[in-house]
Amino acid sequence: MTEFARRNPFWSLVIVVLAAAFLWLIVAPWSPGLEETLGRKRVFLNAIFGGLTLGALYFLVASGFTLIFGLMRNVNLAHGSLYLLGGYLGYTISTATDQWLITFPVVFVLVALVGLLMQHQVFRRMEGEELRQTMVTIGLSVVLADLMLWIWGGQSYTIQSPDWLSGPATLPIVAGVGSNGAPIYMRFPQVRIAILIAAIVIGVGMWIVLTRTRLGMLIRAGVDDREMLAASGVRINYVFLAVFGFGAGLAGIAGMVGGTFQSLSPGEDTRFLLASLVVVIVGGMGSIPGAALGALIIGLVEQIGLVYAPTYSVVFTFLIMAVVLAFRPQGLLGAGR
Amino acid sequence: MALTDQARAPAPQPGSGFGVFSRVPGAWWATGFILLLMPLVAGNFWLFQVFGWSFCLGIIALSLMFLAGYGGMVSLVQMTVAVLAGYVVAILGNSGVEQISVGLSWWLYVPLAILIATGFATLVGALAVRTEGIYTIMITLAIASAFFYFTRQNYGIFNGYSGFNLVVPPRLFGVDWRQPTAFYYLSLGGAAVCYAAVVYVSRSPFGLALQGVRDNPRRMASLGFNVTAHRIAAYAFAGVVAAIGGILLVWQTSQVAPYSGGIAAVIDILIIAVVGGIRRPIGAFVGAFIFVLLSTFSPDVLSAFGLSNERFKLVIGVGFLVVVFFSPDGALGLWERWRARRRSAVDPLTGKAVAGGGP
Amino acid sequence: MDWSRRAVLGVAGATALSTAASAQGQPPIKIGILVALEGAFAAGGADGVRNVELALRQVRNMAGGRRVETIVAPSDTRPDTAVRQARKLIEQDQVDFIIGPLSGSEGIAMRDYAKTIPTKTVINGISGALETTWVDPAPNFFRYNLDGAQWGAGLGTYAMRTKNYRRVASVSADYSFGYTNFLGFAVDYCRAGGTIVQRFWVPLGATDFGGVIAQLPDNIDAIYLGLGGTDAINFLNQWQQAGAGTKIIGGTIMADQTVLTSRGRARNALIGALTSGPLAEDNPDAAWRDYVRAYQEGFPAAQRFASPSLFGVGYYIATLAAIAGLNAVNGDLSDGQQKFRAALSALKLASPLGEITLNENRQATGTVFVNEVAEGPGGTLVNKMVAKTDGVTQTLGMTAEQFRAMGLPSRTTPNDCAALARR
Repeated sequence: MTEFARRNPFWSLVIVVLAAAFLWLIVAPWSPGLEETLGRKRVFLNAIFGGLTLGALYFLVASGFTLIFGLMRNVNLAHGSLYLLGGYLGYTISTATDQWLITFPVVFVLVALVGLLMQHQVFRRMEGEELRQTMVTIGLSVVLADLMLWIWGGQSYTIQSPDWLSGPATLPIVAGVGSNGAPIYMRFPQVRIAILIAAIVIGVGMWIVLTRTRLGMLIRAGVDDREMLAASGVRINYVFLAVFGFGAGLAGIAGMVGGTFQSLSPGEDTRFLLASLVVVIVGGMGSIPGAALGALIIGLVEQIGLVYAPTYSVVFTFLIMAVVLAFRPQGLLGAGR
Repeated sequence: MALTDQARAPAPQPGSGFGVFSRVPGAWWATGFILLLMPLVAGNFWLFQVFGWSFCLGIIALSLMFLAGYGGMVSLVQMTVAVLAGYVVAILGNSGVEQISVGLSWWLYVPLAILIATGFATLVGALAVRTEGIYTIMITLAIASAFFYFTRQNYGIFNGYSGFNLVVPPRLFGVDWRQPTAFYYLSLGGAAVCYAAVVYVSRSPFGLALQGVRDNPRRMASLGFNVTAHRIAAYAFAGVVAAIGGILLVWQTSQVAPYSGGIAAVIDILIIAVVGGIRRPIGAFVGAFIFVLLSTFSPDVLSAFGLSNERFKLVIGVGFLVVVFFSPDGALGLWERWRARRRSAVDPLTGKAVAGGGP
Repeated sequence: MDWSRRAVLGVAGATALSTAASAQGQPPIKIGILVALEGAFAAGGADGVRNVELALRQVRNMAGGRRVETIVAPSDTRPDTAVRQARKLIEQDQVDFIIGPLSGSEGIAMRDYAKTIPTKTVINGISGALETTWVDPAPNFFRYNLDGAQWGAGLGTYAMRTKNYRRVASVSADYSFGYTNFLGFAVDYCRAGGTIVQRFWVPLGATDFGGVIAQLPDNIDAIYLGLGGTDAINFLNQWQQAGAGTKIIGGTIMADQTVLTSRGRARNALIGALTSGPLAEDNPDAAWRDYVRAYQEGFPAAQRFASPSLFGVGYYIATLAAIAGLNAVNGDLSDGQQKFRAALSALKLASPLGEITLNENRQATGTVFVNEVAEGPGGTLVNKMVAKTDGVTQTLGMTAEQFRAMGLPSRTTPNDCAALARR
């Protein structure tokens, strides 16, 4: 960070000023002139916070995707199917048991098993043939999508969150001033706050595992130079299995999260696959902090776009991706190739 | 990369442009005659719906085959290029949406459609060649989705969700080209021209250089070839082919809408090219024919076996998986292997599958 | 969902029964059923097939003295697939006429395709785009269901006069059906004197509505929610999570079975919501009751909905019309089906939804129902009929010129609410 500041003093200044202005927009009460140009503060705040939580969800999906890619150079285009599968399993299990929290580890394990199966039975057989692996994942996503349509049908499901997470919470942020002059505090759905916190915890946890543990060391070494790691006697297949299982499980959990604050239906798999693609392209392939940054940007852009320019809001994310590609093809935080 | 590394096209002989006729094997002459005389035996439905549609999809898959097979770049944006050409035909020509369609005559809008679509393809290419191998798949997929969402939301030019209806070929030389026999010959002609062009280009110096770039970009760069320019040019050429396919397709379905270029359609083209065999240009048409047969008749076949025809996608998906798994070379590869095995049973000395299926 | 095999077996069984009856030895009449069986409407489409089967079974597969056979052509709601399958039905399977399609853009594509087969006939399944029978209609395309704009009729009046919702904001799907359905409501609501404060159009595929919810104005009596299925569930869920406030008026597909039976808190927000559409499940009319009973007795409970769906009713009535038309001409489809088409145009069809007639565009005039979501036995949600409007015309009671002057449904049509109120 400091190195970046030393090398690019001008851009660092710009970033700091922008961040400060942004914080001021969130904390300070808005003047009437500002409200005129940007709309009501409540709307702005909701877009920002909505974008943060959406970004958190995208991060959960995309981090597994980027991890698998970084280590195995395998673009798993069936990643969206794992997301949807996790959601459906989560719905089925949490409806049967009425235990929302306990469903998470169960879904993680189940979807991770599917991931292990895929790695062990499919991708290991075509090691090094990246393109063929990618084709296989496309085929798998078509098959999985139809199987899920067969089992769960075309209707949509919503996973019910527990009572202690339902309804809105009041945040200590002033959203506006009431008619009697008293400040109105911002109200925001508790579920979304929980998701945001969970994503941060998972992200930090992953970062700690990657930087502080032996497994993390192996994974980082594998990302940098797979052949060298294998040559130094590490049984790289186990590392592959672990990472694939973990990435798949994470996608499954994300499916359950998405099923709770959005809903599950056929087609969501493609949507989240595309979201992950854009997130990792923007953030940088194979980089966890990149996935976090990309998810944050895409989530914010989607929500702000929906508020201020709804018609083309779905296109904006792709535009950002194209711009990043044009000026920094390896992604914002990707390693130079 | 790996797939196309293996998928080296049969080595083209230098100067094979001369004496082409004597080199064309008998099977090709026979196929040509059968295709030309098809309208004598086949009904309208087969001519228009099965063969016409196959040719259109085949041309689009051919453009993907060209990029993937000779350039080593699997681009999922080819269907989008084709649909864009279709949109231009609908917007600049005539359609049921009179508020938008300009109503130019065909000799203006057909070249413009090819031009605009090719321009778009070149632009995408310029963006996509900044990345390599599997990145290309992701980036082109993302661009294809952006185009899909954009057309669905834009009402001023693309007429949003509804798209355009009643986009029909012009009446030329007193022939209604929408009639099954006329359209059959039109699409057959288009397919033949595109096929010949791809075969010719693949043997031209440019095509050979492109295959060199595919196999070893660094060596080609050090030999003084401009790798990026070759790749972008390949996108441009594939764009022309895809645009021709797109124009024929919009005339065949007589309409174009966002879903014509949706994710499913994009993946369909990839499936067609891979199932047919991505090493040879003819594979695109074989794949398209299989795909059209499946999607037209699978409801009948499935229900005859007492299965629900909702599972059509499953059949396609499993078939695709099987092909990718067991024969990276597609249906053509299976056929060749079978022939090779038979031949080797007869004569183990010459038991290699060569020449016969090559372009 | 093994409907296709059953359809085949059902027809085969009925054929065995009726061969004795058809002594004339005329060839059977072939009907093609064009229906979406893939994608979001798969379940509704299957209900459509079921209802065609039911209607034919009730006449022992005989119409106009001839045996009737059906062939199902599945589509996936994409217009190009619909036309392709229709072409297969006409050219390959040689059907006499087509019943279908199911969705709006398919309907527009089929209108144009119908013009290329002037000697055949198309009877719409349940597609509801206004343009299908309003802009350059095809002479051989008949629609016995009301269109998306008609489905909104009467809702605005009821919301304004009975519920006293004076100011509403709308949140609707940003595509043709969203525009059309909203237009029907808005015209009626404006005429009754209501004010539409703000309109939000959410693009298809947007699933996070937090930003939209925050933008809803404070001083409104209700929101008009023109979303369906998944989108509606998402919106209601997030609305509830954000601490929902006002009342809901819904578009026709807002409170269908998928939404009512969805689990989660979305349903709490739904109680008291008003919707309008072509049917009311608790319609006390005897014809409707008989039909529902026949439907429930006709199929095992696991293979049908509790009560016929919107899609099912559409296909049922289309088949009734086909049978009535065939009876009127004694099964005579010669001469390019001219007599058959004349009979169809002149039909006064007694249907479970009341009498249906066609106007000069071959578009139905019929009844629209206003429903209110209420809590039923066992905590389930049900639609309760609270009002109905008979004789809703294609132009919503305006003259054709007035209706045309308003413009086709779009993000901004109808643009002048006050002018409608003055009229």
